[in-house]
Amino acid sequence: MIHRPKPERFRLRRTMMFMNAQKPGLIKDAYIYGCDSIMLDLEDAVAENQKDAARFSLYHALTTIDYGDTEVIVRINGLDTPHWQEDIRVCVAGRADGIRIAKCESARDVKTVEAAVEAAEREFGVEVGRTLLMAALESPKGILNAYEICSASDRMFGVAISGGDFRKCMQTTFQPDGVDMLAARGQMLLAARAAGIQCFDTVFTDLDDSEGFEAEVRQNKAMGFDGKSLINPKQIRLVHQVFAPTEKEVRQAEKIVRAFREQSAAGVGVFTVDGKMIDVAFVPGAERTIKLAKACGMYKGDL
Amino acid sequence: MKNAVGREIPDSLLAGGKEVYQGKNYMDGKYIQKASPRTRRYEKPQESKIVETLADALRQCGARDGMTFSFHHHLRDGDYVVNMVMKAAIEELGLKDLTIAATSLGSAHDPIADYIEEGKVTGIQTSGIRGRMGEVVSAGKLKTPAIIRSHGGRPRAIEAGEVHIDIAFVAAPTSDCVGNCRGIGGKSNCGSLGYAMTDAKYADHVVVVTDCLVDFPNMPTSVEAIDVDAVVVVDSIGDPKKIASAAARISQNPRDLMMAENVAKVIASTPYFKDGFSFQTGVGGPSLAANLFLEQYMDERNIKMGWAIGGICGPMVELLKKGKVGKVIDVQDFDLDGVNSINQTPGHFEMSASQYANPANKGAFVNKLDFVVLAALEIDTGFNVNVLTGSDGVLRGAPGGHPDTAAGSKCCIIVTPLVRGRMATVCEHVVTVTTPGDCVDVLVTDYGIAVNPLRPDLVECLDKAGIPHVTIESLKEKAYSLVGRPDDLEWEDKVVAVLEARDGTILDVVRKIKPYTLED
Repeated sequence: MIHRPKPERFRLRRTMMFMNAQKPGLIKDAYIYGCDSIMLDLEDAVAENQKDAARFSLYHALTTIDYGDTEVIVRINGLDTPHWQEDIRVCVAGRADGIRIAKCESARDVKTVEAAVEAAEREFGVEVGRTLLMAALESPKGILNAYEICSASDRMFGVAISGGDFRKCMQTTFQPDGVDMLAARGQMLLAARAAGIQCFDTVFTDLDDSEGFEAEVRQNKAMGFDGKSLINPKQIRLVHQVFAPTEKEVRQAEKIVRAFREQSAAGVGVFTVDGKMIDVAFVPGAERTIKLAKACGMYKGDL
Repeated sequence: MKNAVGREIPDSLLAGGKEVYQGKNYMDGKYIQKASPRTRRYEKPQESKIVETLADALRQCGARDGMTFSFHHHLRDGDYVVNMVMKAAIEELGLKDLTIAATSLGSAHDPIADYIEEGKVTGIQTSGIRGRMGEVVSAGKLKTPAIIRSHGGRPRAIEAGEVHIDIAFVAAPTSDCVGNCRGIGGKSNCGSLGYAMTDAKYADHVVVVTDCLVDFPNMPTSVEAIDVDAVVVVDSIGDPKKIASAAARISQNPRDLMMAENVAKVIASTPYFKDGFSFQTGVGGPSLAANLFLEQYMDERNIKMGWAIGGICGPMVELLKKGKVGKVIDVQDFDLDGVNSINQTPGHFEMSASQYANPANKGAFVNKLDFVVLAALEIDTGFNVNVLTGSDGVLRGAPGGHPDTAAGSKCCIIVTPLVRGRMATVCEHVVTVTTPGDCVDVLVTDYGIAVNPLRPDLVECLDKAGIPHVTIESLKEKAYSLVGRPDDLEWEDKVVAVLEARDGTILDVVRKIKPYTLED
């Protein structure tokens, strides 16, 4: 059996690629495409009478395939279905890194899943607290309750919006400028940042519209998202490109981190870098930039 | 005797001064005495060279037992001509002990397998061998070992007189009444006739077989009437659907695209990627898709491709039409976009197989090539490539221009998935070495990139560009960890095919495969 290291709650998650957990040809080596996380789907991609088969396929993938550094998350079926409890048992038994709660609408939903996860961890002898959670907000109610959802559990690492369902609820359709989901994206980002967790945007489904995709990814970055859900490996490159820091940002971040270390060792709190005032508040952002730069192969220094 | 790629070559094959493979460029600077054909004079003006039937043409050319007939493979799997000619020779004229020297053979030629089994065809010289013919040769039913040569090795062997062609048959999409041929303008178009050119110049007799007779003179000619003895008009020379696909499509398979993107990344990291660079790629999924990503890098750096060669298809023609490549020089066309462009689109030229790839001439295009992107059935940890034999040891492929472009180019990139079904593509030892490892520079797989240790300069390029790479051994181990390590094939002693390196030395042999029996 493959032993996956303990999942890291806050890691780089620029790209989360969805794939049907029932398709061995897809999931056997999905890590080769270089996305940060893969999202093995037990929900919509799997037909109602195939849920069981998909769980078997998922379990064997989790326990026999070495996904390396690629995070492995599983999207389970909604809490209004007869499937979710068994889905959770399989995820925990196979030591998935995290579970994505579909159609999450309240803190109670998170706590319900958390309780089932903990029970499964005890059942299968998995360290309690190992399995991370994220929530997918797919309805107006989910968006309105975003903050309570984001702060419902220490296992929560992030929240994502699911555009297809959400747009239906709102009686709108995809708009190239993103106005259809502007309020929802904004509200969710506010909630996630307030709760101190990550935030991910929905999939872009028209694979032939590369310009539209790029525009949406750029908007995602500008709004402050951590990453995006994807449906095809060929979308990965662009997201990584857009989310990559510029050379200048990397140089600046390195200076800030180094200066902060020197100055704080010398007992100085506020100082200047290239004429700009810097204090401790700038450091997490700078460290994040370095981490991103490393993931993009842009930074090879010792920080 | 062991050769430079570690293959044991039987001494019996080294009679008459034949040597084993010694490494790249071993023959450089040596002299060859070119052979010349013995041809008939047609001094008295002729109205026409058309004869009624293939049998008449064979008789006119003095066909007899033991002769060597040559063919080109531009009609690919749509070809009718090889079967037609051999049928006339064997069933109408009753000939035997015939050798087929073709630029390549495919499953269209399955009926020839019967003539091999009957002992009528006793020699095969070709680049490709597949289908039933591959099976009967592998089963040891051909009287003499088949000789497998690359596209450049073949014109070399012809010019050196190692293959003497008694009658060359040129399947021609169009011809006039005296034998000026073109690959376009008819109903079975194939575009370039590059592989027929050397044959026509060095054969004692040349017979043109066409299904579309056009007015004299058929210009610009690919094969010239000055070398042609007879013209035979038949109903059809081939199945157009199998001659050229409608349009070679760029793969949408994410795995192919990822590999193609990495190929382009590797290319863009080298010093050869500069304005005016030269390029050849195949039509396989990831090879062809490399065009797409390469174009992005060209745009980014504001550079253009100087010229491209090879088998040509739509995506390259597109680049030419967009002005992103200066010239396309074409030995063979793979799709109708290529066929319809040759000699029509400004900058799209035809060339002969010798001009393309012959290692013994003074100016082959492959020697000026910066990059070539090639596929592989197998590649081993010595970077040796097999594109000829399957994992069961049976002949089912073709070296084609693989060894020639690999040897000539400054940077040869092999792109292949790490495993195919249950077969490891990256392995300990390839079944047959068709391209020696000293000619292969970079391997791109879906599980990682490996650089040949013989090229530390390329290692440096990749490192500088931040392109991760691993050892080929680690890729092999990964492949075996996924699909298991196969048992060694078991062979009998009998050599069924000799694999000639492009310079004429012996690179490898294919032996008769031992029939597989289940243990009790």
